[in-house]
Amino acid sequence: MNAIFEVLFEMFSYTFLVRAVIVGLLVSLCAALLGVSLVLKRYSMIGDGLSHVGFGSLAVATAMNAAPLAVSIPIVVLAAFLLLRISENSKIKGDAAIALISTASLAVGVVVISMTTGMNTDVCNYLFGSILAMNNNDVTLSVILAIVVLAMFMLFYNKIFAVTFDENFAKATGVKTGVYNMLIAFLTAITIVLGMRMMGALLITSLIIFPSLTSMRVCKKFKSVTLTSAVISVVCFFIGVVISYVYATPTGASVVIINIIAFGLFWLVGTIKDKKGSFLGMGNKLKKRCVGYGDFGTLLCAFNKLCRTTER
Amino acid sequence: MALITCNNTAFAYEGNIAVSGLSFSVNAGDYLCIVGENGSGKSKLIKGLLRLKAPQSGTVLMGEGLKANQIGYLPQQTAAQKDFPASVYEVVLSGRLSARGIRPFYTKHDKQIVAENIKRLGIEKLQHRCYRELSGGQQQRVLLARALCATQKLLLLDEPVAGLDPIVTQELYRLIEQINKDSGLTVIMVSHDIASAVNYASHILHLQGEQVFFGTTDEYAKSKIAARFLGG
Repeated sequence: MNAIFEVLFEMFSYTFLVRAVIVGLLVSLCAALLGVSLVLKRYSMIGDGLSHVGFGSLAVATAMNAAPLAVSIPIVVLAAFLLLRISENSKIKGDAAIALISTASLAVGVVVISMTTGMNTDVCNYLFGSILAMNNNDVTLSVILAIVVLAMFMLFYNKIFAVTFDENFAKATGVKTGVYNMLIAFLTAITIVLGMRMMGALLITSLIIFPSLTSMRVCKKFKSVTLTSAVISVVCFFIGVVISYVYATPTGASVVIINIIAFGLFWLVGTIKDKKGSFLGMGNKLKKRCVGYGDFGTLLCAFNKLCRTTER
Repeated sequence: MALITCNNTAFAYEGNIAVSGLSFSVNAGDYLCIVGENGSGKSKLIKGLLRLKAPQSGTVLMGEGLKANQIGYLPQQTAAQKDFPASVYEVVLSGRLSARGIRPFYTKHDKQIVAENIKRLGIEKLQHRCYRELSGGQQQRVLLARALCATQKLLLLDEPVAGLDPIVTQELYRLIEQINKDSGLTVIMVSHDIASAVNYASHILHLQGEQVFFGTTDEYAKSKIAARFLGG
């Protein structure tokens, strides 16, 4: 236990790590909240497309010597609205259009980078993220934007639920669904840009997709899915950063690996929970005989009890 | 003044007239069934009644202080809803959204109305269950409760029995009839099932790209067009 605290103390003596963790935790929180709605609306790929657009805009910003966030945010927000319009328009197939836009911006980004700084570690950092990417201005801006995203999400939670669950009904009861879809896309675009340089353009989508899918394995209410995915996301990010510090692995990839493990665990718990009915029946039959079976019997009884408590 | 009056109304889809010559009125307490084949313009008419689509020509008038967002709408289910993690209570509560307007959170009054409607449809035991784990009939009851939370005057049901087995279908029809008779709620239902429509509805509107019949069910049963469709 002491060893863990020592590592944490050592970690947080570096200001760049403190900055990265603050921004990272806020971005994971925003991404997880928005992710629930995006996954359920079948918009997961929009997030992926946006991160590629973000890569292109970052490259352009670096070439122009401009502030990366100031250039990227408007471009990615614009792309988000465009992608949303495309996926609502049935005449053009949404997934193909997203693939088109994301590869196009990837190509632009790579060409711009090779013309300016050359294909070096910068490209690697953009694609897979770097913990060193944050300076003080970025942190201030990121914290403000993350708080805006959180506040908007809480304020419009009920509307976002209605638009996610049943757009037709929401529209019929006078909710401006187009506005809320834009709001979701807008908040997603900001979140992606904020998290992209740390997580990497290729990996940032995982922050959006994984936590919500993980919590959906077990949770059955929209509210609990949302809250659980927020907790999962924050915890996974923190563990991922610590591991990347201790083992000197890339931060973004480490966070994703922890998310994969969490997904596996929750999937297992979900499967056991679904089969609980049959386990319970089996447990009841075995209950009377438990005494005669020694340790194995006691174990079964304990498992049976556990199932009953989780059911409540 | 009738609740809804259409006067020689037409609706278009991408510039082509989908349904025209609509002239009918719905009075408070009526049970109107809109029947017709696929592509006969039923869904265009529904969109028009919900004010999601402006008529190409003619007018849709709403009387007795009815606003378009006070219609309790039961849409057809979408594929995304089938595996949606939400509790029954959360779904029904979202029916109160139209009463909220711009204000972000639900009030005690909203929750009271939700509790009443959950009781009314006999789904109290389901209210903490997950929506995706319910049977098709139970899901329709939940969506009906949500629609009731949104209205005090008019229910608009878009093929509520699609995909349900015969027993559950009859149960749902009876439930809708009960809501219509006991609470005096006006019901407009779109259906493929002409035989049941004749059994339960007070008025029939038959569409075939244009209005081919509007009148009471008794008149409809005697008409030529009904004879053709009812096979009698």
